[in-house]
Amino acid sequence: MNFLRNSCGAVFGAILLLVLSINPSWSQDKINVVASFSILGDFVRSVGSERVAVTTLVGPNGDAHVYTPTPADAKTITSAKLVFVNGLGFEGWLPRLVKSAGGKATIVTATQGIKPRESEEGGHDHGGKHDHGHDDPHAWQSVTNAKLYIANIRDALANVDPAGADAYKANAEKYLGELAKLEDDVKAAVAGIPAEKRKVISTHDAFGYFSSAYGIQFVAPQGVSTESEASAKDVARIITQIRKAKIPAVFLENVSDPRLIRRIAAETGAKIGGTLYSDSLTAENGDAPTYIAMVRHNIKTLAGALTR
Amino acid sequence: MLYDVLIAPFVDFEFMRRALAGVVALALGGAPIGVFLMLRRMSLVGDAMAHAILPGAAIGFLFSGLNLFAMTFGGLIAGFSVALLAGLVSRVTVIKEDASLAAFYLISLAVGVTIVSMRGTNIDLLHVLFGNILALDDQTLLVIAFNATITLVVMAVIYRPLVIECVDPVFLRTVSRAGAPAHLAFLALVVVNLVNGFHALGTLLAVGLMILPAGIARFWSRDITGMMMISVASAMISGYGGLVLSFQTKVPSGPAVILVAAVLYVFSLFFGSVSGLLRQLFPGRHLEA
Repeated sequence: MNFLRNSCGAVFGAILLLVLSINPSWSQDKINVVASFSILGDFVRSVGSERVAVTTLVGPNGDAHVYTPTPADAKTITSAKLVFVNGLGFEGWLPRLVKSAGGKATIVTATQGIKPRESEEGGHDHGGKHDHGHDDPHAWQSVTNAKLYIANIRDALANVDPAGADAYKANAEKYLGELAKLEDDVKAAVAGIPAEKRKVISTHDAFGYFSSAYGIQFVAPQGVSTESEASAKDVARIITQIRKAKIPAVFLENVSDPRLIRRIAAETGAKIGGTLYSDSLTAENGDAPTYIAMVRHNIKTLAGALTR
Repeated sequence: MLYDVLIAPFVDFEFMRRALAGVVALALGGAPIGVFLMLRRMSLVGDAMAHAILPGAAIGFLFSGLNLFAMTFGGLIAGFSVALLAGLVSRVTVIKEDASLAAFYLISLAVGVTIVSMRGTNIDLLHVLFGNILALDDQTLLVIAFNATITLVVMAVIYRPLVIECVDPVFLRTVSRAGAPAHLAFLALVVVNLVNGFHALGTLLAVGLMILPAGIARFWSRDITGMMMISVASAMISGYGGLVLSFQTKVPSGPAVILVAAVLYVFSLFFGSVSGLLRQLFPGRHLEA
């Protein structure tokens, strides 16, 4: 009996704690904002730092192309002031969620002002949820675009919280400086790879912006969305391409099925260069807990496999 | 020209040869099972079992990633328990087997989805669970071939009671007690073959390669041996045709295989020599005599 009472108390306490921690009034001094996926969340956190409480809907290692929102997500959105989305058709599930959640949150498209890259024709099927045409949503893969993300986030935050405008501006300046250094390092690393070796295969078409910004050519069996499935024709095309162009390495991604790439590697003799992080960060103790760490990891992995 | 379309893909690319070996093995094991499912009016049981397997495989995936054996094992466990529980409940209570099977597979599905979402990863599990016939590695191929072999051997052992139970279950009960064990072994084979198929085609499409060939065979033959032969042949043709289709057009390979089977099915529906629609409209001369 005693045991029962104790455990009841414990459960009640746990529930109380949970309720308190979810309750928005608890963190009233901070502005509640929501970011659709982990990379965007990292940007918002860097700009907002201690003035905002950021919740990301699709967490580390999640795939935002095909995420299924939960009621908890709807609740998060209802209590948020701002909802940051990537746009360009990346989060096809989000508009419906915001509508059904019925909150008063303003939606901020972080890719505003970025020139969308048409995803390559030929060889790719598009997922059904790409209803905004054929724009490639993975804009953050180019550090130049990341700077625009930061500017958009800074302006949006300053709009809802004018008192913090100066703080946001300072944070953004600092982060932009880090990004500029990051971009220099990426360019230096690419320059170190012999020009004829700047070709790689990855699982889904996520590196278009990276590719056009820094000049490493990417080929992927899956289209720009992880939703589409590869056909035998796509796989054969890639294998032929690897053989003809002597592409030295293939890469896995944290959000997609590695089996197909392994098969392609086995069949062509190309080596598996490692894992690239495309659409999602890793957890705190992973290779890529922040955007900057992610880009550094990717470029290190690429350079490592291609210069060997 | 014809060589380029039909044979060259398999000569040039190893992944195509592996895929072909995979579908041939699936056809050998799955198609005869499909024939018996159809004859015992259990065609939809295949679909229900496929749903029952999914959560087991998903849980296997959550515990050890894309580990072939964990996923196979999980699928087998989930499938077997649903089949056994459904059988048990229908023997002991007034609930019929179809109703209890429906209940248990739905429970299994719900439990699976819950566990998966509680773990909180959202790499789309359906995507991971949908196997990819273009990515069969040595291990997967061996598992598929092994399961197909087991299926054929067990089928040979339980063939007689199985056939008699299809045609005259009351008679079987009077002469032998092999009915129940044979039925259980058969259900086990259904599970094994679905798990097999899901490595290559995904849980849901795997059912297609069992049921559609059986349906096709029914339109061309009256006896079980003939039906099994035709079903295996048409499953192999569908597999081969689907791979070629996926190679020449850009249809994803899993659906392509099933689509080819579907075309064969519709063709048989019209032109089949046994109760095909055209045959019924123009019954031929032998009825005059």
